[in-house]
Amino acid sequence: MSIKYTDDHEWISVDGDVATVGITDHALEQLGDLVFVEVPEAGRALTKGDEAAVVESVKAASEVYAPVTGEVVEGNSAIADDPAAVSGDPAGNGWFFKIKMSDASELDGLMDEDAYKAHIDA
Amino acid sequence: MRYLPLTDDDRTEMLSAIGAKSADDMYCDVPDNALLKAPIDLPSHTGEMEVEKIISAMAAKNLSPASAPCFLGAGAYRHHIPATVDHLVQRGEFLTAYTPYQPEVSQGTLQYLYEFQTQVAMLSGMDVANASMYDGATACAEAVLMAGRATRRNRAVLAGGLHPHYRKVTETSAHFLDIELVGPDSDPTHAALAASVTDLIDDKTSCVVVQTPDLFGRIIDLKPIAEAAHGVGALLIAVTTEVVSLGLLEAPGNQDADIFVGEGQSLGNALNYGGPYVGLFATRSKLVRQMPGRVAGQTQDVEGERGWVLTLSTREQHIRREKATSNICTNSGLCALAFTIHTSLLGEEGLNRLARINHAKACKLADLLADVNGVQVLNDSFFNEFTVKLSKTATDVVEKLAERGILGGVPVSRLLPDRDDLAHMMLVTATECTTDEDMDALVTALREVLS
Amino acid sequence: MTDLSQGRSNVPQGGSQAPQTKTISGSKGLVFLEPLIFEMDHAGRTGVDLPDVEVSSDRLNGQRRTAPVGLPGLSEPQVVRHYTRLSQKNYGIDSGFYPLGSCTMKHNPRVNEKMARLPGLGDLHPMQPTSTTQGALELIDSLADWLKKLCGMPAVAMSPAAGAHGELCGMMAIKAAIDARGEGETRTRVLVPESAHGTNPATAAACGFSVDSIPANERGRVDLDAFKNKLGDDVAGIMLTNPNTCGLFENDIIKIADAIHEAGGYFYCDGANFNAIMGRVRPGDLGIDCMHLNLHKTFSTPHGGGGPGAGPVVLSEALAPFAPLPYVVHGDDGFDLIEHVSDSDAQPFGRLKGYHGQMGVFIRSLSFILSHGSDGLLQASSDAVLEANYLRAQLQDVMSVSFDGMCMHEVLFDDRFLKDTDVTTLDFAKAMIDEGFHPMTMYFPLVVHGALLMEPTESESKETLDLYIKTLRGLIDKTKSGDAPFFKNAPVLTPRRRLDETAAARKPVLRWTPPEED
Repeated sequence: MSIKYTDDHEWISVDGDVATVGITDHALEQLGDLVFVEVPEAGRALTKGDEAAVVESVKAASEVYAPVTGEVVEGNSAIADDPAAVSGDPAGNGWFFKIKMSDASELDGLMDEDAYKAHIDA
Repeated sequence: MRYLPLTDDDRTEMLSAIGAKSADDMYCDVPDNALLKAPIDLPSHTGEMEVEKIISAMAAKNLSPASAPCFLGAGAYRHHIPATVDHLVQRGEFLTAYTPYQPEVSQGTLQYLYEFQTQVAMLSGMDVANASMYDGATACAEAVLMAGRATRRNRAVLAGGLHPHYRKVTETSAHFLDIELVGPDSDPTHAALAASVTDLIDDKTSCVVVQTPDLFGRIIDLKPIAEAAHGVGALLIAVTTEVVSLGLLEAPGNQDADIFVGEGQSLGNALNYGGPYVGLFATRSKLVRQMPGRVAGQTQDVEGERGWVLTLSTREQHIRREKATSNICTNSGLCALAFTIHTSLLGEEGLNRLARINHAKACKLADLLADVNGVQVLNDSFFNEFTVKLSKTATDVVEKLAERGILGGVPVSRLLPDRDDLAHMMLVTATECTTDEDMDALVTALREVLS
Repeated sequence: MTDLSQGRSNVPQGGSQAPQTKTISGSKGLVFLEPLIFEMDHAGRTGVDLPDVEVSSDRLNGQRRTAPVGLPGLSEPQVVRHYTRLSQKNYGIDSGFYPLGSCTMKHNPRVNEKMARLPGLGDLHPMQPTSTTQGALELIDSLADWLKKLCGMPAVAMSPAAGAHGELCGMMAIKAAIDARGEGETRTRVLVPESAHGTNPATAAACGFSVDSIPANERGRVDLDAFKNKLGDDVAGIMLTNPNTCGLFENDIIKIADAIHEAGGYFYCDGANFNAIMGRVRPGDLGIDCMHLNLHKTFSTPHGGGGPGAGPVVLSEALAPFAPLPYVVHGDDGFDLIEHVSDSDAQPFGRLKGYHGQMGVFIRSLSFILSHGSDGLLQASSDAVLEANYLRAQLQDVMSVSFDGMCMHEVLFDDRFLKDTDVTTLDFAKAMIDEGFHPMTMYFPLVVHGALLMEPTESESKETLDLYIKTLRGLIDKTKSGDAPFFKNAPVLTPRRRLDETAAARKPVLRWTPPEED
């Protein structure tokens, strides 16, 4: 299982042709306590770069973008019900949605963990 | 100068502290050719007494509804406001307070906004309300935009009885956002009100906007329209321009409306020649995150004490920027406070009685006018405002009445000038302020003018 | 001799015990625990005496209300006490200094209130025949004349109800002008500095434009080269605040105006900060096409806890034809109100609100303007800029001023001075509240980190500024002493301590609800 990062502070964990997408701890730190989360419904078709989900904190609102093209397999209703459950841990329960990729090569342009760390320190 | 505390000594000392020789030095970043070399050619400062003279002279040139029998409505209503209201809103801590962004020192403002929101939700029969908007017309336009966001459609149906200002303001914002607006013409003689609207609803419709009582005073049953709208997944937006009517008439929330918008001026607020007024906006819980405007919410402080804060701000422009739900930055705070205080004084029984008195006065007036040759009352139903058809053009009649010191009614052509078929129609209102003498004066004057 | 004092002493005894924090009633001295009106309901109580009139339902089309509204009944004394107590929990300009940047919290003169309530003004109905409201139309026209002359512009749209509404008016006029030139499909991009207030991009989007951000240079102004690089045939215009949100005059503004015009676009100016230059600089001379004014900022009308305000927009010759309805015209026969396209010689883009504009706000601003006059307004803006520079000079050694040089009517600091203290801008602001000062604007503009934007206005005395400076200096010393908890705990002396805004947004409770019936 490999984990990639976008410069919009999403992480993507890939297992076969299904990618699980969430937001990083860095993003969470910027946003502050989350008050509202909206995730896409299963079956929704997304193109890379589309607005896939929404997060709101008291002082900021942000879109979560689709890092790859594909069809949503599942949106995480647990975090939609309880925004406090969102975490930056790709292995944890704070994921946003799972998407069945139509073109895995789209992952090639994304950052690995070291590159992302360097990106946020810049 | 009485509003400027700095003395010349202060200025000298402060200029020295900042290292400037004169005030001009502070403007070093202004291009030289843009700096004015002499004061602008306008009158110089003057004392308070003189200011009062100048403005009083302007006031004296107007005919005040306080000194003339007045039957004007058309979306703004003359009611008696208890003296308590104006005294309380002029308390400096209300009048001169900023927006309550520091809630620890703004609990006064935040609590009254919460009370206002509750009152508006109760009056309209909806779940939640915001802390007010500029006026009813802008609230109406914002509701149409909200329906567009909630349904992801961009076609709205506007009923014929919608106040023309509300229609025009909605058209203006719709034009810039490519929202299509359709709807029948305004016509007080058109009987089949619901069908004129439901016939236009299709699966591209985001919302149907219906005013009740409508422009012509007619009371509309919203339920069949709600059903037709919901049948295609569209929202029903109910509009009222006379909030006192909700003391006697069914709440839009109980007629399946999804959004309620209205003008709150009737409660607590003077006529003010058209502004400032207070827009009312309420909706169902499930739509709350799409609701524009400011909203106060209840919470606790670190000691567990109940308090209030502005909340759901992320919908607003200062955070979402180009993705904001609207560009609305502010509410009509002091006008909302006046509304809240007046409504608190009225209470359930008071509002109920006030509404009944308004309707009774209008019924009495309608019956008196129906007896005048050349006057035909068109309405089967009304709250405190109805439409009459005159044997002469309404604008002429109104001018002649004004010459006799009577503010007779609003010619429909004032709002719909291109409709020759409506040129003889006039909107007439009676409220608790209308006396028997007023009514007799109108009847007598009309008899003269129409003979 | 009888003991009239009955054992009472006039010298206070005791005083050595720590003050109690909990009381029996919940009220603490002059700060009262006040429930919601809905919790004070009592059947049979009323604050008005109205006759009980029966009406039939014959003319109600079957729509008579069946369920009660649910409003509580209170007597007049209860209502007076309730709202009086609420007011006592509020800070206002009447109570103290508000150094809020870009808000211009100046004194609200009371004669303005008296004028707004004059019979013949406050009680006029908007739909009276204009022959009966000539004095009201004259007042609007008179204010319009002052605003045009102060700004050096030929026209003004008076109807917008607030600053953001005025922005919408300006941008809609620009869109209408572009559409009239046949370029509506091509000119769709609006340039907005990254330091702009969020209303600017929101407004552009509300008009159907896309927004392109322009970076600032190291001097806090628009980067002229970056701006020029963004010009093109698809540019509709620029939205610029001047003085800008960093409190600085945009030196290159005339060059910017020339460049945008050459590119075929229009110049919208956000006039929120007009208090800095009133009487000294006319925006018309800078090349702008439209600018909104905030009557509730620059022209002293009360903020009212969040409105009502007014946002008239001055317009250039190019945009004047597109001004919205309605507007006042002055002819030989007197004043008239143009309310419909069919009566207009121009091409108004539409209508922005019901009726004619915020008359109550117009009266108050005209009263202020007449009081000051041309010379007074010039002195006011000059004092406003002096007061801000004084704060800058007296605080720059202990706080981090973001940009060097003279500021305009407001001064921008950032949180570098709080580095390594564990105290944030927010914590610092909350400590100011306990000292009796409303905090300055925080975290805006976004171009610096942890922004603190201070605007004293011309209404503050030097004594107030000196006390403020002394207080801030003392608080800054405290941040360096390592007592971060003091700041994190603040405020402690206010009617409420820090409130949980996260909980308020997660599970919004936006109204009182009657308890469930058992």
